[in-house]
Amino acid sequence: MDVNMGNVLGLVFANMHDTTLGDMTKNRTMGSVMFGGRYRLIDFPLSNMVNSGICEVGVITKSNYQSLLDHLGSAREWDLARKKGGLYILPPFGSRESQLYRGRIEALYGAMNFIKHSRAKYVVLSDCDVVTNIDYKPIVAQHIESGADITAVVHTGVYSSDEIATSTVFNTDADGRVTSVLIQPELSGTCTTSLNMFVMSMEYLTDMIRDSIARGLVSFEKNILQDKCSELKIMVYEYKNYFSKLNSPESYFKSNMALLDPENARKLFVPKRSIYTKVSDNAPAKYDLDSVVKNSLVADGCIIEGEVENCVLFRGVKIGKGAKVKNCILMQDTEVGDNAQLNYAITDKNVTVCDNHILTSSPEYPMYVGKGATV
Amino acid sequence: MFNKKECVAMLLAGGQGSRLYALTQNVAKPAVPFGAKYRIIDFPLSNCINSGIDTVGVLTQYQPLVLNEYIGNGQPWDLDRIHGGVHVLPPYQKASGADWYSGTANAIYQNIAFVDRYDPEYVIVLSGDHIYKMDYNKMLNFHKEKNADATIAVLDVPKEEASRFGIMITDEEDNIIDFEEKPKNPRSTLASMGIYIFTWKKLRAYLIANEEDKEASKDFGKNIIPDMREAGEKLVAYRFDGYWKDVGTIDSLWEANMDLINPNIPIDLYDKSWKIYSRNPVMPPQSIGKNAQIQNSMVTEGCVIDGSVEFSMISDGVTVEEGAVIYDSILMPGAVVKKGAKVEYAIVGENSVIGENSQIGARPETIEDKDSWGVAVVGNNLTVAPESVVAPKAIIYENI
Repeated sequence: MDVNMGNVLGLVFANMHDTTLGDMTKNRTMGSVMFGGRYRLIDFPLSNMVNSGICEVGVITKSNYQSLLDHLGSAREWDLARKKGGLYILPPFGSRESQLYRGRIEALYGAMNFIKHSRAKYVVLSDCDVVTNIDYKPIVAQHIESGADITAVVHTGVYSSDEIATSTVFNTDADGRVTSVLIQPELSGTCTTSLNMFVMSMEYLTDMIRDSIARGLVSFEKNILQDKCSELKIMVYEYKNYFSKLNSPESYFKSNMALLDPENARKLFVPKRSIYTKVSDNAPAKYDLDSVVKNSLVADGCIIEGEVENCVLFRGVKIGKGAKVKNCILMQDTEVGDNAQLNYAITDKNVTVCDNHILTSSPEYPMYVGKGATV
Repeated sequence: MFNKKECVAMLLAGGQGSRLYALTQNVAKPAVPFGAKYRIIDFPLSNCINSGIDTVGVLTQYQPLVLNEYIGNGQPWDLDRIHGGVHVLPPYQKASGADWYSGTANAIYQNIAFVDRYDPEYVIVLSGDHIYKMDYNKMLNFHKEKNADATIAVLDVPKEEASRFGIMITDEEDNIIDFEEKPKNPRSTLASMGIYIFTWKKLRAYLIANEEDKEASKDFGKNIIPDMREAGEKLVAYRFDGYWKDVGTIDSLWEANMDLINPNIPIDLYDKSWKIYSRNPVMPPQSIGKNAQIQNSMVTEGCVIDGSVEFSMISDGVTVEEGAVIYDSILMPGAVVKKGAKVEYAIVGENSVIGENSQIGARPETIEDKDSWGVAVVGNNLTVAPESVVAPKAIIYENI
């Protein structure tokens, strides 16, 4: 089926799941969390939408969105600086009686003026917690063909109870129609979980928002997916490609580290389906005379004079002489002093680790060092 | 009416770069990749914007496709402006006929109308094949202080190298009293860097006069500067103290790349106050494998390295497989070096593939006849079959 993706509006929720990554999202949205050496999480849904042919995208934000605005700028880097369509940043729309939104439906209601204005027939909604390279075109095609009210992108696999505890789980019949919905249940084993991406028609979306607001319903997952499961036709789209879901600080660490496996990196960074991000004009990474770097992802602007193994180094990281850094994620402009030693640490932007300092932790609980800290 | 600009830059980017032929068959020299993530033209363009010059005409003629696409609207250099910005200026047809640019001066002559639109006091003429970081604004201030008609940037070079350059002979106040092109016995060590600032009114008149002389070769060095001197205009030399290199030959291109990883050479790409900008290739971070060994090198986005890399420049999207050895070499964007291949003292062009266990170039210490040693070059988009040998100094234009 040939789908005209020019008829599709993208909506990205930048703040959903903000609490799952702990301190990392204390001063930034989920969408502006740094990932994979040079990206922020919002780069994935935005790039996927653009690569799928969607050229009108709204980014719904709630709070702490300064870093997000700085990152997105005019959206030129995602090819979304357009006269027709392009990127719209939708901060909470304040009126005298409004408050910050409580759930996805209120968030959508706050963006109602923008949504009403769009001429799109279909809408793709996505959060920022799933890192993947996904083509929305077959999903929209399936949505149209199946005549569903809502199509949910899901993955069926074996999950631990911790992973399920932050997820929405679908039970379906043989045709892939959702028969019941469990929200953050206490379960483990084989489950069909939501990847927090949905497709619906513009007409259904706007009706649903108006109707829900009139009835005081705020949660899309509970009040719509769960409560109206039998009256609506909710279909699943089984996603089988590589993805990682960030629902805890541990999963953040694991998902980054997973990219050290070239197999995984190839599945996420697909040629001609590039993941776009803000350009920062760094010089190439420089490896010094005594540097030893193995099994790592290194971004431009890094200057490495010491040893690095099993690490993700973001742009502009400096590793001093004699330093030993293993199993770490070092975000932008982290400076590791001479002869310092780091093992299982995540350092946020602009962290300085002093000369000779030792920071070690365990694989289960990697240590997190907050933005701008000196240790 | 256009907003007036004090100084407009004219960047000569039309040269074929015949001495780099293996690398410039399909691209103009200024678009040749340099320093892992740059192209040569990034240096003058970045110098312009960092110096506050936001109006740049780029004069193109030879194989402009890649160069034009690379420059685009000038956004990577912050040169996408409402007034000014970067403009690509190819030769064009006029009511009186159409001419190719027949010399450096003629290229500017044919674009007098472009410069006039901005009504500038000064014009800076730059070249698209030099690697350096320079504040043109300081040179412009010098030009104004000296009340000069033309200012030529010069570099004090070692006496033994002076005969490779155009040499300026000056008095105590740095007024240029004479010059000589590649002299056998140089009378001075001040070499012209090919960077000129002119007072536009003067230059404009000399360009027009030079066009009327049918015998003239329409070149700045051969005509305009000598004409101005003969007419008694004030020509001064502006002494530049810093790194500058002409990358017109295979050897100098290789050397200039190597200079970037030499801690004793004063060109710092990591200085945030004078960034060199380039068009971003949109690739993931470099992936360094379990078997990789990288030292004294620069590597950029999109690379997958699982071999050994030393004293080398690795451009975007390069693959170095397990067991491959890259030593004192330049791998241009998209090059692939297969398992067990050795690349030593060589340049591998864009998207070329070096087959398994091939040997490209060699270290000078392994060669007895020093004259037969040199940097080996594999051109762009070539495939070198497994087990092949490319001798030092050889230049490969076709698949082997």
